[in-house]
This record gives sequence, C-alpha cells and structure tokens, in this order.
Amino acid sequence: MTDISLDTLASSAARPRRDIGIKKRYAAERRFRLYGVLAIAVGLAFLGVMLTSIVSKGYTAFWQTTVTLPIHFDEKIIDPSNKRATDPNVLVTANYPKLAEAALIEKLGIDPSDRATVRKLKGFLSDGSRVQLRAIVAADPSVIGTTRDVDILAAANLDSAYKGQIDLNVPESRRKVSDQQVEWMNKLKAEGVMAEHFNTGLFSYGASSRPETSGVGVALIGSIYMMVIVLLLALPIGVAASIYLEEFAKKSRFTDLIEVNINNLAAVPSIVFGLLGLAVFINFLGLPRSASFVGGLVLTLMTLPTIIIATRAALAAVPPSIRSAALGLGASKMQMVFQHILPLAAPGILTGTIIGLARALGETAPLLLIGMVAFVADYPKTPFDPATALPVQIYMWANEAERAFVERMSGAIIILLIFLMAMNIVAIVLRRRFERRW
Amino acid sequence: MSFLLVFAIVLAIGLIAFVIGRQRARAQDDGTVKPHSRAHYHGWWAFLTGVIPAVLFLAAWDIGASAYLNSHIHAALPADIADGTVAHEDLAAGLVKSLASGMRRLDSQTLAALPQTFAELRPMLAAKGVALAPDTQDYMIPIAADANRVSDRLDMIVAVVSIGLALLGSVYGLSRITPRGRARNHVEKVMLWSLLGASTLAILTTIGIVLSMLFQTIAFFEKIPLTNFFFGTVWDPRFAAAGSGGAEGQFGLIPLLAGTLYIAFVALLVAVPIGLMSAVYMSEYAAPKVRAVVKPALELLAGIPTIVYGIFALVTLGPFLRDISAALAGGTPFIQAQSILTAGLVMGVMLIPVVSSLSDDIITAVPRAMRDGSLGLGATRSETIKRVILPAALPGIVGAILLTASRAIGETMIVVLAAGVAANLTLNPFEAMTTITVKIVNQLTGDLEFNTPQTLVAFALGITLFALTLVMNIVALYIVRKYREQYE
Repeated sequence: MTDISLDTLASSAARPRRDIGIKKRYAAERRFRLYGVLAIAVGLAFLGVMLTSIVSKGYTAFWQTTVTLPIHFDEKIIDPSNKRATDPNVLVTANYPKLAEAALIEKLGIDPSDRATVRKLKGFLSDGSRVQLRAIVAADPSVIGTTRDVDILAAANLDSAYKGQIDLNVPESRRKVSDQQVEWMNKLKAEGVMAEHFNTGLFSYGASSRPETSGVGVALIGSIYMMVIVLLLALPIGVAASIYLEEFAKKSRFTDLIEVNINNLAAVPSIVFGLLGLAVFINFLGLPRSASFVGGLVLTLMTLPTIIIATRAALAAVPPSIRSAALGLGASKMQMVFQHILPLAAPGILTGTIIGLARALGETAPLLLIGMVAFVADYPKTPFDPATALPVQIYMWANEAERAFVERMSGAIIILLIFLMAMNIVAIVLRRRFERRW
Repeated sequence: MSFLLVFAIVLAIGLIAFVIGRQRARAQDDGTVKPHSRAHYHGWWAFLTGVIPAVLFLAAWDIGASAYLNSHIHAALPADIADGTVAHEDLAAGLVKSLASGMRRLDSQTLAALPQTFAELRPMLAAKGVALAPDTQDYMIPIAADANRVSDRLDMIVAVVSIGLALLGSVYGLSRITPRGRARNHVEKVMLWSLLGASTLAILTTIGIVLSMLFQTIAFFEKIPLTNFFFGTVWDPRFAAAGSGGAEGQFGLIPLLAGTLYIAFVALLVAVPIGLMSAVYMSEYAAPKVRAVVKPALELLAGIPTIVYGIFALVTLGPFLRDISAALAGGTPFIQAQSILTAGLVMGVMLIPVVSSLSDDIITAVPRAMRDGSLGLGATRSETIKRVILPAALPGIVGAILLTASRAIGETMIVVLAAGVAANLTLNPFEAMTTITVKIVNQLTGDLEFNTPQTLVAFALGITLFALTLVMNIVALYIVRKYREQYE
C-alpha cells in the first residue's frame, strides 16, 4: 500500500526511476525459491513412490488363502501295516498330503478313479499340509480313524490366483494355474470353503522353498537376539567411553587419537565391519559362522560410535552449575557423574541408543559376510545356533524368482519398516517428554 | 566344570563378600571415629579384590589353555601327517577336535570301552546326534580321548585356582576394612580404569580392522603380484578346480574402482543439488510450521535401511526405466534393468538427507551479521544466499560433499541389488557396472575355502575401500572442523 502511494507521489515529481533491473531480480528470487520447493518435492515424491510401491506389492502378504477340508485321518493311508505301536517312524514318514488330496477330491465330487482329472489337482494344495497334519497326529494319535475340519494352505499359485494377481486373459499354457483349477477355486469360494485369513504363518515360519510356508519367524528371532546383544554390550561400553572422554580425560595426544578414531569409525563403510567379523571373530577366535552372537558383536562395534557421539552430546548438555553444585556439597567426581550428571543425561543417551539400534536392525551388508545368508528353517535356541536376520531374509527373497516370494519380501519390508518406525517414534517421544532445556 | 559355571561361582563369592563387607563396615561404625567411606564402598572393594584377580586369571588361562591343547593335539598327530602341508595338519587337528567334542556326549560306560575303529564309533555318535566328517581316521580316536582327558584336567585346575583366588582375595579385602580405610578411592580408581578401558575399544576396533585385513591382504599378494591387482583391467577370478594349472584368474582392480566411482558420481549428481537446495530452502525460506513437518519427513529417507532402496531399484525402478527406454527406442531397451543410472539414482536419493542435514548445520553456522549486512544493502534473499552465505559456507559444504562421497563409495546393498555383477569398463551410464563392495560380497558368500586367492582378494578390496574412505573422511572432518572454528 505504501508502495502505491509513494509511486503516485513520485510520478508527480516526474523523474523516471532508474531501471535497476528489479523485475529481473525478483524473478530470479522467485525462481530460486521454486528450485528449493522443487528439490524438497522431488525428495518427498520419491519417498512417497517408494513406500507406495512397497506397500501395494506387500500388503497382500498379510493374507493367506486356505481351504477348510474335512480331513479323514484314514488309518489305511497313515499306517497301512499297523506298526505304529512299535515303530514311531511310521507316523513321521506317512503320506499326509494324500489325506488332504482325498478330502479335496471328495469335496469337489471328482471320481477318484478318473486319473486325468485327479492329476490336475496337483499343485492346488500346499505341500505344507504334510507338516501341518503330522503335527495334529503327533499331538494326539487317537485322531487316527476320525474326521476333523482342518484349514489347509492353498499352494502359492492358487493363493495368487485367489487374490486376483494372475491375469486370467493370458492363454492357459502360459500361466501357472489351469482353467480347471480356477473353476474349482471359484466353486470352493462360492461354497465358502476356500477363504482368505490373516497370515499368521508369515510371522511364525522360517525359510522354505515353498512361498506359502515361508515366513520371517526365524529371522525375527535372530534379529531380536542381535538387538539384545547390541543393547547389552554397546550401551554400557558406549556410555563408559563417553563418560571418560567427556568428564575425566585431560586433553592429550591419546584422547585426541581416541576422538579421531571414533569420528572415523562412524564413517567407515559397514561392510568393512563384516570383514573384521569374518577375520577376527570367525577365523581367529573360532566362533561359529551364521550365529547371531557374531552378528551381535559386529553390529555392536558398528553401533558404538553412534552411541558414543549421542552420549557425549547429552553429557555436554548438562549445565556446569550442576557439576559445581555436586562437587561443592562434597561429592567426589565419580559420585557427581554417576549420581547427578548421568541421570540428567539419560533421556538423550536413550534416544541415541534407540536410533543406533534402529540402524543396526536394518543393517544387512556385514551380516552377509559372516554367513547369515543361510537357509534356516528351525528356530535358533541359543545365540550360537545358525540364524538369519530380518533384512537378510529380505535379501534372500529378493533373489528368488517366483512372484509369490516378491509378495512375501515386500510384506517383510513392511514389517521391518513398522519396527523401525516404532523405534524412531519411541525415540522422538522420549526426547519430547524428558528432554530438558537449560 | 564349564567356563561359565566357574565365572558364576566367582561372581557369587564376590557378592557374598560385598554383603559381609558392608555389614562389617556398618558394625565398625560406633560413632567414635568418623568413617572415611560409606559402608557400601567397603562392600564393593571386597567384591573387587575377590573378583578381579580371579577373572583375570580365568581369561588368561582360557586363552592359554586352548593354545596348549592345540599344540598338544598337533604334537600327538603322527609324523607323516605333521610333515605335510600346514593346511593338511590343521585339517587333521580340526577333525580331532570335532571328534573330541562329539565324544563328550557319550556316557562313561561307552567311553571306558571305546571302540578302536571309526567305523564302529560313528554310529554311536550319530545316535547322539553328532554328525562327523567321513575322513576321520582311526588313529584320531585315542588322540581325541587323550585331548579330552587333558582338557578335563586343565578345567579342573582352572576351577580350583580361580575359586581359590576369589576366596583369598575377598578375605584379604574383608580383613582390610577399617573405619578410616579409603575404600571409596580404591573403588573409584577401578571404575576410572574401566572407563578408560571402554574408551580404548575404539582404537582396538580400528587396529583390529587394519590388522585383520592386512594379514589376509599380504597372504593374497604372496599369490598374486601387486601390479596385477592395482593396474589390472580385467576382473575374472575363476573359481578354478585345484590342479588346473594356470587358471589362477585375473584380479584387476581398475574396472571395480571405475564402477564404484562412476556410480558414486551419478549419486552425487542427484544428491548434492537436491540436498543443498532443500537445506537452503529449509534454513532460509521455510516457515517454522512447514519446517516442522517437512524436515522429519525428509529425515525418514535417512532412516530407511539401504536394502529397501536396493529392492526398490531392483523390483520397481530398474524394470520401469528399461520399459520406458524400450518404448522410446521402439522395441529394444537401451537402458538395462541393472544399470549405473538405476543404482546411482537410488543411491542419490538415499544421500539427499545426508547432504541436506550436513549443509543445514553449516549454513546455520554462518554468522547472522553477514546475512543482515547483505540484506541491509538491498540484496534479495536469493542474492544473499548465492553471493554471501554459500561462498562463506563453501569449505564446510565441500567437506560435507566429501563425507557424502565416502558414504556413496562404501554403500553395499543398493549396488549389490541394482548395479549388476559384470565387471565392465564402460562410459555408458545405461549399462551395468560393478563395484568394490559388490565383489567383496560376491567373493565371501557361500561355502568358501579360506586360503585361495579368490576369497583373499576380498580383503585386498576391503583394505582399498577402507583406505579410500579413511582419507576422504579425515580430509572432510578436518575441513569441517577448521570451518567451524572460523566462525566460532
């Protein structure tokens, strides 16, 4: 407004304003600003595209198609020669998938002697029925001879077809489910026998060559072991080191050396820590390969600099007046640190630790070198048993060709990201709630 | 008795000493003399005098005992094997060790009447769930039994001595408790030493990294000449069968180094302008409310694990670029699914938050007075940024870019999934190239024998990578520090 009134005044003086290119300069200003907005937009857009692409590929992994069948635990199939009382192996090696197939044949009303049609059933139900039915019989052998409703997993291809991920317009010979199978599927769906359920298997199964019976259960346990080891080792050692450097060390060549080392270790590529773990922990000390204990040690060394840097910042933020007050009242230096400074710095230390742990949880490269790329189907009982980790499991699924594995992989990424987000949110909340500004 | 059990007993003795010591110090305080330290310090000192010598002994003995056992086994091996190559002798010793640990599971009756041949022993062990290598020999059985006896005796000695040390130490500590005893100072001295010990771990880690890679690298250069590695232009580490002479494979660093630098360069082309511009916008233009939302969102990019970026490049971006190029060229794609462009783009996005948060710190460190002076003279904001703030911040920004470049060079998972494994030498960004980190992973995953050049080369690559990033980091940290001092 002032501009306008000034302009009208100036025009009466009739002296033309010197052209100093103000329009051009303002245009440059706007352009510059636009570049900034664009830069941020590009970053955020990429984040959005990446998350959407992963979620859209992966959310279906949390559902799994099952077929509810009345399984008749036929003694003639499980134990044809009636030897199970003397030989426990009979119940282990019995042909359980046959039970499921027989139940399916009956359900669909196929003539069991029609070999050609029965053969088309192959690949309809998951071979995981073997383990599933065996577990039922092992838990209660008296079930033999009776009939019971069991939810059998559909095979991966049928699962994909049920979820509508297979294009049925493609000629039959070029897709993985036949027209006959689709017809059966629609029939079972209409009867309410075949349905999608929440996929608990994704969280409980280990590695498997069949997508429908593979999950992140074993990898999660491995990751949890490693996180516990990192927490137990890196937190006390990191805090102790920071206390020494921040509160006790006099400035000398030695402390300078330590500091340069820590700053540098924070920037060393993570794969180098994997080489260290392989050469020192596995080759030199003879610790077992693929063990989550070794993984935990490697990740500890990797996380230490992060924790030390965060802890030192938190310790330095405690005002000197607290120190003087404690010393003035007769506390020793050690008492001052442990009874006054450390509790006040605790929120900052915890935040740094959680962020360090989150980074360790997502770390993959060093774990590849210490042999955690392993096909592990059983839960590790101790940290010294072979195990994998969540990101390594994702990496292994990335190398599988079948599309059902891509679905599982994206589902596992979603799980990983949820864990990381939860940790980061806890860190932010801790900082907001407990951080004091002096 | 196992190591852990002895350790637990020692700790328990220490804790008992702590309780007794505290009690004792309290009992001595009758109000006539002012005690020097509070009662629990006396307790802790009794704990430490008991536990420290015992634990130190336990640790030293454990290392010494395994070395002794090792040499014992080696000495017991027959001469014709001991004379052979080292690898063979180590192999035999390893077989003896696994046989010995397997025999631990047998019950005492079976052990008393131990079969003389491995053929008889193997099913017995298999019944206990111990699977052994088939080339275990008969003569190894008595050696293994003997090794078990020796290690039992050693374990017995260490248990007795360390528990004895713990008892003696605690009694000594307890006997020294007096009202004027300076227990607190003693305890604090031990604490100070352990704090110092924790902080030297950083140095130990660096030494460990350097030494571990150095030894393997030296072993590698004994087999492959230095010049072939550093100046070779062909990477072809054939996993040759033993005895096929001449098929050593070629280990040229040049194609890997070129790929590493090329991909890092593409990544920086993406990350530096975008990261810098968003840092400038955030610190100079954005309203506080916008900043509060957008900044954490951009930092989310830094929190996503690199494997997720790699998968995105492999599953989504790579095929997308290939299909687009196929559509543009009308049929055959000129961008491969795994290419320098894909890897560089995705890595660049990963590095955006690194660049922006580093340069944000640096831009905000430019003194207010310089900004105000420029604005006061009539410059627009963008002119102030371009002509005053950025030149003033330039050294810091160069440091930030160097740090980012070192991240790009050491990045592994994105390139493993998105850059490909073929060691090409090309300038075409649409083709696949490979990097140092990819080859380290390739050479060291799967079943491997440790003393071949094919696996040792990974350590030579590792030390090259370490040296490269170390120099960049040190230069960058030096520049950033110098820059900070300038305006403080």
